[in-house]
Amino acid sequence: MFASAEMTTASFPILTMLVLMPLLGAVLVSLLNKNHGEWVKLTALVSSIATGAMSVWMLIKFPTGAAGFEFVSKHSWVSEWGISWHLGVDGISLFMVVLTGVLFPLVIVGIDPHHDHKSYLAWMLLLEAGVMGSFLSLDLFLFFVFFEIVLVPMYFLIGGWGYEKRVYAATKFFLYTMAGSAFMLVGIVATAFLARRDTGVLTFDLVEIAEKANFATGTGRWLFAAFMIAFAVKVPLFPLHTWLPDAHTQAPTGGSVILAGVLLKMGTYGMLRFGVYLFPQAAIWAKPVLLTLAVIGILYGAIAATMQKDLKRLVAYSSVAHLGFIVLGTFALTTQAITGGVMQMVNHGVSTGALFLLVGMIYERRHTRQIAELGGIQAVAPIFAGFFMIVMLSSIGLPGLNGFVGEFLVLIGSFPTARWWVVVATVGVILAALYLLWAYQRVFHGEPNDDNKSFPEITLREGLLLSVFVAAIVFAGVYPKPMLDRIEPSVKALIEHVEASK
Amino acid sequence: MMSKLIAATSTFEGPAIQWFKISPILALLGGALLLILVGSLTPQWKRGWYATASVVTATTAAVLTGVLWNQMSDDKSSTLVGGAISFDHFSLFATFAICVAVVLVSLVANDYLVREGEDGPEVYGLMLTAAIGGVVMASANDLLVLFLGLETLSLSFYLLTASNRRRMQSGEAGLKYFILGGFASAFFLYGVALLFGASGTTNLQSMATVFSTEVNISGSNGLLLAGIALMLVGFAFKVSLVPFHVWTPDVYQGAPTPVTALMGSVGKVAAFSALIRVFMIALPSRIDDWRPAILVLALLTLVVGSLLAVVQTDVKRMLAYSSISHAGFILVGLEAAAHIGHADSHLGISSAMGYLFIYSILVIGTFAVVSVVAGAGDAATSLDAFKGLGKKRPVLALGMTVLLLAQAGVPLTSGFVAKFGIIRAAVSVESYALAVAAMLAAVIAAFLYLRIMVSMWLSDPADDAPVVVSKSVGLAITLAVVATLLIGILPGLLLGVSQTIGF
Repeated sequence: MFASAEMTTASFPILTMLVLMPLLGAVLVSLLNKNHGEWVKLTALVSSIATGAMSVWMLIKFPTGAAGFEFVSKHSWVSEWGISWHLGVDGISLFMVVLTGVLFPLVIVGIDPHHDHKSYLAWMLLLEAGVMGSFLSLDLFLFFVFFEIVLVPMYFLIGGWGYEKRVYAATKFFLYTMAGSAFMLVGIVATAFLARRDTGVLTFDLVEIAEKANFATGTGRWLFAAFMIAFAVKVPLFPLHTWLPDAHTQAPTGGSVILAGVLLKMGTYGMLRFGVYLFPQAAIWAKPVLLTLAVIGILYGAIAATMQKDLKRLVAYSSVAHLGFIVLGTFALTTQAITGGVMQMVNHGVSTGALFLLVGMIYERRHTRQIAELGGIQAVAPIFAGFFMIVMLSSIGLPGLNGFVGEFLVLIGSFPTARWWVVVATVGVILAALYLLWAYQRVFHGEPNDDNKSFPEITLREGLLLSVFVAAIVFAGVYPKPMLDRIEPSVKALIEHVEASK
Repeated sequence: MMSKLIAATSTFEGPAIQWFKISPILALLGGALLLILVGSLTPQWKRGWYATASVVTATTAAVLTGVLWNQMSDDKSSTLVGGAISFDHFSLFATFAICVAVVLVSLVANDYLVREGEDGPEVYGLMLTAAIGGVVMASANDLLVLFLGLETLSLSFYLLTASNRRRMQSGEAGLKYFILGGFASAFFLYGVALLFGASGTTNLQSMATVFSTEVNISGSNGLLLAGIALMLVGFAFKVSLVPFHVWTPDVYQGAPTPVTALMGSVGKVAAFSALIRVFMIALPSRIDDWRPAILVLALLTLVVGSLLAVVQTDVKRMLAYSSISHAGFILVGLEAAAHIGHADSHLGISSAMGYLFIYSILVIGTFAVVSVVAGAGDAATSLDAFKGLGKKRPVLALGMTVLLLAQAGVPLTSGFVAKFGIIRAAVSVESYALAVAAMLAAVIAAFLYLRIMVSMWLSDPADDAPVVVSKSVGLAITLAVVATLLIGILPGLLLGVSQTIGF
């Protein structure tokens, strides 16, 4: 089913353009003179908006009900090593690509890095190219290149524009992820070599290997583990999550939004695309361990979030919990659960991205993120509080908002195959309500003290920016059908692939 | 009696020499003689002319190597000068890498020598003789010829290390290097002697034949094993493998920075090429004896090199330890090649040579930046000297960043291509554990490159001492960065060539 999609090569190489456009922007921005600040911003904006527009155009053109890879673009790159520039998009990656395309221009327009705009924007655009490439690659080597290259701009964004302990956080982020990737690189090469027996030639092509290769049980498990370590760091899965709170807390607002919005999803997406798809048998075998880690992540993230004094750190830990749900859905290995998981990837990107945006706005105004120093903001900035409320409720999973749809699908879809894990995970849903509502209460309710009395109300620009997020939250919550219709066929094909391997 | 002796000598016939096939060596020799003889007899040349002569010489040699390479594709590998020198893709590739390194280092040295007020022909002449030694080492088909090459290279290096008369550290490093290097040469020569004792020949092919046909010559197995061990120690010293690495940080730090770059490039290419050739050609029948030793050395070198690199505070010492860690990576390639009989074992040699070529460009580029930042007297090489370089000289800092990321093995740089090649070779022969260990060591080493980057970009300048980039060193850095990115984005450019290397 997957292999047949190669026929639909589009005439306009839209996927290649999705990667190259931000890259071109990055190069142009770094070539411009930094004294022409307006030109720098305009270039960055144009290239990121063009990318976003192309991703939306691709979404519109994407045929509903198609399960295979669309808009495929395949060219030889390093023929000596059997590596090709192979890009394609299916229901699983579709919304991640769109989210990436839309989130970056919003961050570029909406968040001011305060200094050195030129380098900041160049790194941002390079980051976008890397993230796009990761979601689109259908070649193991190419995927690794993008997966790894993302570290560099993110490192500089955290290190250059972050808060007090930024260098420590950036270094930790870089080394943790790189250590995970070390295993994956060996895994990728081993996969290609071991698959040669079945594919005939040495190739790093994902589709080729996944459809033809037949790994021995033990071998498949080792390879699966090598990939999983890299993804588990990226997601992050308990107990490899410790870089995340630091990175999130120290990153500039724009960096946090991107990190939560799309970067972490490279891990969960990788689990589906390169874990389950390549090594279905091993995925079934590893299911209990991964489900357990996911559930521990859900509970641990929630409990840790409850105890945070720093609002940004609280949101960071809530990410650990939310991503636990996605991993739970992924390894429950049912169509419903994975569909829910994929949808939850997008939902988490939107709502947690928006939460980081809001926390960033609070910091801009009050220069603190300590919950104890805030209070009574609702009285002085009711519209701001309203936005925060909606985003927070989406994160909790209130019915009618997007978070509910994904979370519900994950839980109900996982129940038949992972009953007891679901039972425990449900506690996490309740804890989410606890830590977020409690935080909301402490920050927004009560009487504002003197410092908080002058808390400025939301500006028009901020309001417009947040409206985009809120619109997505409400739309996906009320009418998720268009999304699910596009995700589900690919997930179904994946599950059939898994079933066939048994 | 006398007439008999004269008759005997007059009938002596030297081996037939195919002059064109050794033309790269002759070109380098010509350049070296020109610089040392003519250069020292004529009044001071105009600024930059010594370097130009060196660059032209090395470029000529590189071009000749390219021509020979193209001719090679028709006929098979052969030996020259009566079996003393081998002529194959392997030796040509190493020769080319050495010539490229000399071109780049000459550009760096020009800037350095002019700045220090020591412009003269000696340094360039010695660089060219070092290159000759390196080429001979990389192509020697006889252990004694190899030793000649080794000594030519080493003696030039000792002198070059001590060549800055105004800095005490330079002399100190030269002396240290000389004494320890002398020991290493002695080890090596003793090993050669024992191997000669065991086999009755110093020619690599004959030696291989002897060892593979006469499985167990009574009593000489001990000679053989001791010979292998001693020779390995000699090599291990030259390419600085742990635990024979202790001289490296001191010498790298004390030597004038362009010389350090030369040691990291030409020295490594030559010694590793010789190591690979000797072990793969002469000793394939004793693989079970020496492969475990290579494995242990590789692991030790990777881990210790990376760990010690991280705790240094002087950039030259950091890069010295990082060069040790890189040597471990190259050794992983040799370990893979040593799985003789495995269908993919040939990948080991080509990946190790690719790594050497890429690394030598990286290391020269990196030390070129260090040389520029160090300023007058080669003094400011501490990590603090790099503080705020991103603000003072953003383009230079960006170039350095590319080079450092490449050394860390980030994709889209040549360093990743190099590392990937090695990992590919190791995995293809199922050395999974070693491959993972190498990658993890690379992660540890990455911390070191991040430290330098943090200094450059995320710290404020400690002083406002200007950083002067002259044209020649700027050209060297630009070439290194362009090569790094070009090979990184289009690995086919290098792989098309390096993949054919093998024996």
